[in-house]
Amino acid sequence: MDYLPNIIFAIALILGLGFFAKNVKKLKRNIMLGHDVDVSDNKSQRWKNMAMIALGQSKMVRRPIAGFLHVIVYVGFVIINIEVLEIIIDGLLGTHRVFSSIGPLYGILIGAFEILALLVFVSVVLFWIRRNVIKLQRFWKSEMTSWPKNDANFILYFEMVLMTLFLVMNATDTNFQDLNSGNIVSQFIAPWFDGFSETVLHTIERAAWWIHILGILVFLNYLYYSKHLHILLAFPNTYYGRLKPKGALNNLEAVTAEVKMMMDPNIDPFAAPEEGVEDDVPAKFGASDVQDLNWVQLLSAYTCTECGRCTSECPANQTGKKLSPRKIMMDTRDRLEEVGKNIDANNGEFKEDGKQLLDTYITREELWACTSCNACVEACPVSIDPLSIIIDMRRYLVMEQSAAPVELNNMMTNIENNGAPWPYNQMDRLNWKNE
Amino acid sequence: MSELLKVPTMAEYMAQGKQPEVLFWVGCAGSFDDRAKKITKAFVKLLNKANVEFAVLGTEESCTGDPAKRSGNEFLFQMQAVTNIEVMNAYEIKKIVTACPHCFNTIKNEYPELGGNYEVMHHTQFLKTLLDDGRLTIEGGKYKGKRITFHDPCYLGRANNVYEAPRELIQKLEAELVEMKNCKRNGLCCGAGGAQMFKEPEKGDKDVNIERTEQALEVKPDIIAAGCPFCNTMMTDGVKVKEQEGDVQVMDVAELIANAQDL
Repeated sequence: MDYLPNIIFAIALILGLGFFAKNVKKLKRNIMLGHDVDVSDNKSQRWKNMAMIALGQSKMVRRPIAGFLHVIVYVGFVIINIEVLEIIIDGLLGTHRVFSSIGPLYGILIGAFEILALLVFVSVVLFWIRRNVIKLQRFWKSEMTSWPKNDANFILYFEMVLMTLFLVMNATDTNFQDLNSGNIVSQFIAPWFDGFSETVLHTIERAAWWIHILGILVFLNYLYYSKHLHILLAFPNTYYGRLKPKGALNNLEAVTAEVKMMMDPNIDPFAAPEEGVEDDVPAKFGASDVQDLNWVQLLSAYTCTECGRCTSECPANQTGKKLSPRKIMMDTRDRLEEVGKNIDANNGEFKEDGKQLLDTYITREELWACTSCNACVEACPVSIDPLSIIIDMRRYLVMEQSAAPVELNNMMTNIENNGAPWPYNQMDRLNWKNE
Repeated sequence: MSELLKVPTMAEYMAQGKQPEVLFWVGCAGSFDDRAKKITKAFVKLLNKANVEFAVLGTEESCTGDPAKRSGNEFLFQMQAVTNIEVMNAYEIKKIVTACPHCFNTIKNEYPELGGNYEVMHHTQFLKTLLDDGRLTIEGGKYKGKRITFHDPCYLGRANNVYEAPRELIQKLEAELVEMKNCKRNGLCCGAGGAQMFKEPEKGDKDVNIERTEQALEVKPDIIAAGCPFCNTMMTDGVKVKEQEGDVQVMDVAELIANAQDL
């Protein structure tokens, strides 16, 4: 019977990690529904971006208050994993504070964890106040419907509870308190439990220990369903993020082939394609659904934390227009999830559901309101490029549906006929010289 | 004055068997828009003053395709791009300067993949090199001590990280450079980019150019400096809507420098 806790712990751990692994597999499958895109170039710059932006939080701190608080929670999360490692070893082997054998260093480590736990607790409370009391505008935009708002608060409650449990666990561990080494914060909590019997204290300590580690396992599995997924995906997303100048839109290769053919007098447009040469003209120009986007764009949709820095910088959104770059990312993610569930429900194949990203989720009005100014791209702390999705969807509207606003069609006709967006004759192009 | 403008074309250079130092890509706005033509002429005056051997394509120039690409018409964009590249490659163009950040961005970033590889400079960058090489001198003149705020064009600033060249030129005028609430990488769009220039804005509380003009007026400038013909139009309209056109001018950096020297 002595081994019962160890066995229960092992089962919980296996279930928790197993379920998480299953969801990660699904996540990867969904992301891979996108087109392939070559991101194998410039590895050193990519590693550097990941180190600076994801690991170093360089873009988070551009908004100093949120950035500072975020860094605390982030460092706390990373460091406290050493503690989690100890908990897992203890849980599996039935030991108690297995790392304490390393001597005085243990006190320093646990002391640091305790300080961080307190700082994380305070930061999370401040985050909660920013969202729910101060009601910062960007957390209350129209796309922040009930789930995104609740999701954010659940995460904060979760972290508050986990930090509290960690400190209570230490405070009620009488042997640990007696050592008086590393109990920097918990020594002030310990007196709250004065007068409790040894047995009750031990029970509280064990309960806190168990709820803490089970809570972590539950939280791990909550990630997949939550914007909190960014704690994992921020790393690949910053690695695969764009390296070209922000103004450089990609040139569609399929179009290049067509244009070259149209311009080259030596090519016979009626000639049959050579044997073995693949017809690389895509079935569709631009994007009307998630499968038309590339996998980096889909990865970004899962990475988005809905922090709304993009939307608060967007000139269209600032002036009351419907476009919100955050909503573009949230819609892409929601639709991708829907497509994923559709595939799961239909034995691995997508069954037409009469919906798509365009119109069902993202309206044309939103797409046409974008000035392509790149403010959203600049603002994103994890290298998401909502503009690329907007442009791909405009491409679908224009090249597949000829559905540009009338004035833009006029502009395009002018370019085609006169080489200028206005109806002036190309032969008058140098008239300014003599005016 | 205008009869003094020397504006040779590439065809003329070719006929003489010579190659100019740089191609001045005028752009559609610079060629046809009445306000932007003044910027074009101001820049040419500076090029003439500094004895730069430049040429324009004239009637052989065509739209870069920027508004077509950004509104989603990749076919039209590439048709324009390939045609322009053929013309420029035939003239063996190496270096291009333009006063339009949209042309600058497109030729610099999107033409190389289609076979057009050139060194591309924004006119503020080019003027800065002329200054550094001592080919051009800038005096404060009438702008000495004036409050000037610079509106960063998205396609020059955020899109290509050019923030300093226009500012250095303004400071050379011994003007007081004041920064808006949103500047440099946080600059606010004028509302014209992404082909918005050619259509009515979507419904909202206000137009983007009004918001941006309000930000500019907040710092109480004598002059709002721009480095893009489209920004210039949007800000000029904004100033008019705010009924400040008597007090605040919207000027291109090239115009400021040319005017300061009474060119």
